[in-house]
Amino acid sequence: MLSLGSGGAKSTKPSFVSYVTPEEIKSEKEPQKKERHPNLLPGEVVFCSTNPILKYTQDDISQRGIFGTLLCTNFRVSFISDETPQEEPTQHFKNKLYGENDIPLMCVDCLYGVYDEKKKLITGGMLKNKYPSKMIIHCKDLRVFQFCLTFTKEEEAKKIFQGIVHHCLEPKSLKCVFAFSYANTKGPEMQRTQRTLMFDSQEDWSQEMKRTKGNCRIVTENQNFELSERLPKYFIIPAAVSDDDLSKFPGKGLPIWCWSHHSGCALFKASSLPVTQEDGVAQAWMERMLHAVAQTHLYSVKIEDLLETLPNIQDIQQSYTKFKQFFLIDNSTDFWMSDVKWFSSLENTGWLDIIRQCLQKAVEVVECLEKENTNVLITEEEGSDLCCVISSLVQIMMDPHCRTLTGFQNLVQKEWVAGCHAFLDRCNHLHQKDKECQSPVFLLFLECVWQLVQQHSPAFQFSETYLTVLSDSIHVPAFGTFLFNSAFQRESCLKATLQHSQRGPLSWPAVWDWSMQFDCKAQELFINPLYAEKLKQEKVLRKVPRIKHQRQLSLPSSAFKTPPKKGFFKDEAESLKKMLRVKRFSRWMVPPDSPAVATRQFYEAWQQKPLDYHGLLLPCLDGPAMRLWMQRYLRWTPEAQILGGGSVAITSKLAELLGEVRALQRELAQKGWWDSMGEGHHRPQTMSLALVRTSLRLSSYFPFAASRNWSFKPVIPTGLLQSLMVTDKLASQEDETNEVISLV
Amino acid sequence: PKGAGNAERGKRYISKHSATCCECFVFVCLFIGYTAAKDVTYICPFVGALRGILTVTNYRLFFRCINREPAFLLDLPLGVISKVDKIGGASSRGDVSYGLVCKDMRNLRFVYKPPEDSLQKSAFDVLTKFAFPNSNNLPLFAFEYDQVFPENGWKVYDALAEYKRQGLPNESWRISKVNDHYELCDSYPASLVVPVTITDEELRRVAAFRAKGRIPVLSWIHPESQAAVVRSSQPMSGVSGKRCKEDEKLLQAIMDANAQSHKLFIFDARPSVNAAANKMKGGGCESEDAYQNAELVFLDIHNIHVMRESLRKLREVVYPNIEDSHWLSNLESTHWLEHIKLILAGALRMADKVESGRTSVVVHCSDGWDRTAQLTSLTMIMLDAHYRTVTGFQTLIDKEWVSFGHRFQQRVGHGDQNHTDADRSPIFLQFIDCVWQMTQQFPAAFEFNEYFLITVLDHLYSCLFGTFLCNSEQQRVREELSKRTVSLWSLVNSQLEEFVNPLYVHYSSHVLLPSVSIRHLQLWLTYYIRWNPRMRPQEPVHQRYKELLAKRAELQKRVEELQRDVANRASVSSERAGSPTRSITPVQTFV
Repeated sequence: MLSLGSGGAKSTKPSFVSYVTPEEIKSEKEPQKKERHPNLLPGEVVFCSTNPILKYTQDDISQRGIFGTLLCTNFRVSFISDETPQEEPTQHFKNKLYGENDIPLMCVDCLYGVYDEKKKLITGGMLKNKYPSKMIIHCKDLRVFQFCLTFTKEEEAKKIFQGIVHHCLEPKSLKCVFAFSYANTKGPEMQRTQRTLMFDSQEDWSQEMKRTKGNCRIVTENQNFELSERLPKYFIIPAAVSDDDLSKFPGKGLPIWCWSHHSGCALFKASSLPVTQEDGVAQAWMERMLHAVAQTHLYSVKIEDLLETLPNIQDIQQSYTKFKQFFLIDNSTDFWMSDVKWFSSLENTGWLDIIRQCLQKAVEVVECLEKENTNVLITEEEGSDLCCVISSLVQIMMDPHCRTLTGFQNLVQKEWVAGCHAFLDRCNHLHQKDKECQSPVFLLFLECVWQLVQQHSPAFQFSETYLTVLSDSIHVPAFGTFLFNSAFQRESCLKATLQHSQRGPLSWPAVWDWSMQFDCKAQELFINPLYAEKLKQEKVLRKVPRIKHQRQLSLPSSAFKTPPKKGFFKDEAESLKKMLRVKRFSRWMVPPDSPAVATRQFYEAWQQKPLDYHGLLLPCLDGPAMRLWMQRYLRWTPEAQILGGGSVAITSKLAELLGEVRALQRELAQKGWWDSMGEGHHRPQTMSLALVRTSLRLSSYFPFAASRNWSFKPVIPTGLLQSLMVTDKLASQEDETNEVISLV
Repeated sequence: PKGAGNAERGKRYISKHSATCCECFVFVCLFIGYTAAKDVTYICPFVGALRGILTVTNYRLFFRCINREPAFLLDLPLGVISKVDKIGGASSRGDVSYGLVCKDMRNLRFVYKPPEDSLQKSAFDVLTKFAFPNSNNLPLFAFEYDQVFPENGWKVYDALAEYKRQGLPNESWRISKVNDHYELCDSYPASLVVPVTITDEELRRVAAFRAKGRIPVLSWIHPESQAAVVRSSQPMSGVSGKRCKEDEKLLQAIMDANAQSHKLFIFDARPSVNAAANKMKGGGCESEDAYQNAELVFLDIHNIHVMRESLRKLREVVYPNIEDSHWLSNLESTHWLEHIKLILAGALRMADKVESGRTSVVVHCSDGWDRTAQLTSLTMIMLDAHYRTVTGFQTLIDKEWVSFGHRFQQRVGHGDQNHTDADRSPIFLQFIDCVWQMTQQFPAAFEFNEYFLITVLDHLYSCLFGTFLCNSEQQRVREELSKRTVSLWSLVNSQLEEFVNPLYVHYSSHVLLPSVSIRHLQLWLTYYIRWNPRMRPQEPVHQRYKELLAKRAELQKRVEELQRDVANRASVSSERAGSPTRSITPVQTFV
């Protein structure tokens, strides 16, 4: 019975060793029989629970485990240890909604069962009566849980296994998502976060347009989704689009304003017109749309069909599925096995290359806006996947406001949430069988942002920890932010529940209300201590005389500029028609030489200018510059921890320094000499000094996995040293003989 | 053209421009054979063809392209050149193309029209002559360089002082003078630390049994557990499995010197196949029969030829152009990081045995001057925080590498034109790379910064300093290097602020156990790909750390001033004057 502990595909690793026989366990457990319950959230209901279950502790080499209760609620799968929980003072980064042994239902990625030492993927449909001896859960935040079911009574084990399979894998309806129960119970007390704009009101949009000095018009006709269910309630289009044209096609093909450059040109996104509309009406309409976009600035426009050059959502999904496998490590043997061909394995997944392609495309768009001052219209089938990625990236590169925490949240809210990215389908929150629509597009965007943060850390107010937490929050079913496919869906859910409920209108909390997940201290870790804050004075200075943009490479000489290669228009109606007949516009627009060469030159030119963290920011796109997001992907892997090392060593030192600087400032303030000057520098955040005071030997993946007791033993690759290199012929024959001859 | 006047002009010319080149802190004092060639074209792989003036001195190659804004400069010590190729002879225009293969990962290409007058020497003839002084009966430039620095780097390492710091000699270990005149072993230093129970006579017998006479001697001792790191060369046991009772006694004595453990680990850095192959040549490894209580572990690190080949492949992958979409697999195919991983893993195992196992370790490879030096020095960095300071690290290099006879002259091939020499190998570079990997994993644990490591590597090849010349202490003493040349540490210690890590925290008791998973190993872009302009960061992030430190210092000063001020006022109790701080601009903060 005990040998069942050594599940997994490889049988070489040490098997489970228990010092008590199962009988002993039973006799020990039975008298207690108190099943612990977690602190349930409001609206949380326990479906089933079982005791005793053995949870293998991943950080222990000997495959030992802890006994406890496994339960499944409408929010999570949860394991509660039988051992009395020790008060852990080191828990800096506790998530209030779910703990380290909790898996929100949406966060379950894959379920494996180990039957007779064989690991099998469990799919919802094929539920057999036979339950596995061991259950392995792979989470979307890359945690891996292994539970042994063999110590439980058969009925109980079957029940919990089927319960988990049912709630984590079977298709379900949107109303069953925990957020609905949760939101109902909360409600009025949940206040809307003040600082993040939700872009569900006219004011938010006009404020944003004012901020970027855009000159387009706000459309209010979609207030009740009469124009389109795939468009936000309010949106902005070029001023020249007539009301007639607005309603011609149901929301398709409309150039939606994203952002305005200070030169006056702007970025628009659009979905494609239905393919069947090949008649002249559609063409003429398209033509008018392009004219309208072009009129925004200098009568120029460049069209980028994103699907022409970028991978589609299925490619993205496929690549990520391969990629994540390398981080869902079941045991130490697998870890060291995958260490051998690590780099080529990563490359073969293509994930880093997709990230590079997106950044590359964004830089191309930036070049158009910045260098050519040309309006850009990005298009895509739906207009809410890669369009969101590219338009958000462009804004982060060009607009320093988007690099602040609030600005970034505004951006996500504007482009993704209000912009109707189909979160529900893309994340497959409801476990639909048809997985065509599933694709980690938003994660891809966060990956791209992470690359930028990595390369230009002082330009960002938020830290990589913030990005990691945000990527986790996609799968926490307590928020409304990433739950819907569109604003329309959200509204109709609201209306539907309103009819049944007497409790007043529903309001799903936004993920941006970080205090729901983390206390203030933990939230301090979202702030980048190296952020180069803009001086107040500078801001004032910039306002008065309209300074020419630093990185402006060329200023248009005439109002009606026709860039030789990229511009078209003016009175070239004939050629335009020709172009419109051809579905792929961008082929006509892009100069024949490779875009990579052009962006490279653009990057080099930018690189030679003086550094300005509040100006244009471009990523280096060369192969070696694309890094792996170590914090997100390796944070749970015990073999990959560096005890007392990693970037946390720097962060804590910086926190210490900042603490000192602040203490000194306070001292000056107390003495009364600081008065007015200090005012502008009262930051809401104070980097946690507690972080410094506690153990100096934090793990490299702090703040994640912080409550685990990492062993102080070095992680030495075991038994693999021999096999590591012999497979490849390392040197020429000549050298092999040299070894014998020269004895060196 | 030769002559004093020209030389003077050349000197002014270079010093005027090299002031703009921040990478070079070199002041060239002697110019012999100064030659300038106009109208040379440098084919830059990143910028394109550049026309300019090429100047060659006995120390450096200096190329300047004037018709570009900003002016393009190329300034490299001749020492980094490993090979001068004359590519393509007489074209119709009489142009000759030269390719320079450099030890620092670059290849440079020049196109040049040689002077009509065949009697006149071309700049490239002069270059070839001075790039390989050893092959042309000329002294290395280090012997002519006479810059005076405020600090004397030759005083950094004193063997006895370093042993004293470690608490040696003590009741178990003595400092032997048996190698005072390098008679026991010509590649070992004069002072050796050996167990007290072994006499000098016995050491001589051991020397006969160990390859090149490199007997097991102590490198480092744990201050608490007394577990020691001991280095040697392979035993000459051969095919027949010869034994030497003095050697067995010595290893037993090493074990006995550490009361905490009744075991000894012998780490053979080589793959076991290589160790076996060495038996054919009389070498081999310790058999566990002969050495009771000793456990032999192979660390699978490959030999100098494999490493050289790996670096050659790496150079192909990184210079000049990188294939972006196949970068990772190309990098993997060089095996460079795999070698780094094995070296770090070896050192980690040794450190673990010493620290957690409280067991002494003996390490050797074949001769004990390449892999062994890498392993002992990395282990010592992991175990002893002293070696993570600037001077501690200098001591470590001077001790484990220079004095214990890492064959720098052979491995680097200073001033030698035989670029195919099979003895050349980037062993020291690999060690510095491993240290860099550790600095990346423990960014606050090292007093020195990345720039220091790059400077060390640049001067490994430059031949400007005496630090890395010769093969052994014996040769260095004979050449009187400490009198006739300048130490690299003189330069470093005279401008320390350039080389220190602003966020360094000195935790004296911390043992660093790096992760050796390839996931945590990165290619050192700022060294290997530094010639690619796109890979250069606009502003190194440590610049911001420095600003933060400066901010703290400023505030501290201001608080002190105010406190003084308040104290003064209290005593004088005069009227309120205008605040002295009012005029000071608000502080830029970093949060």
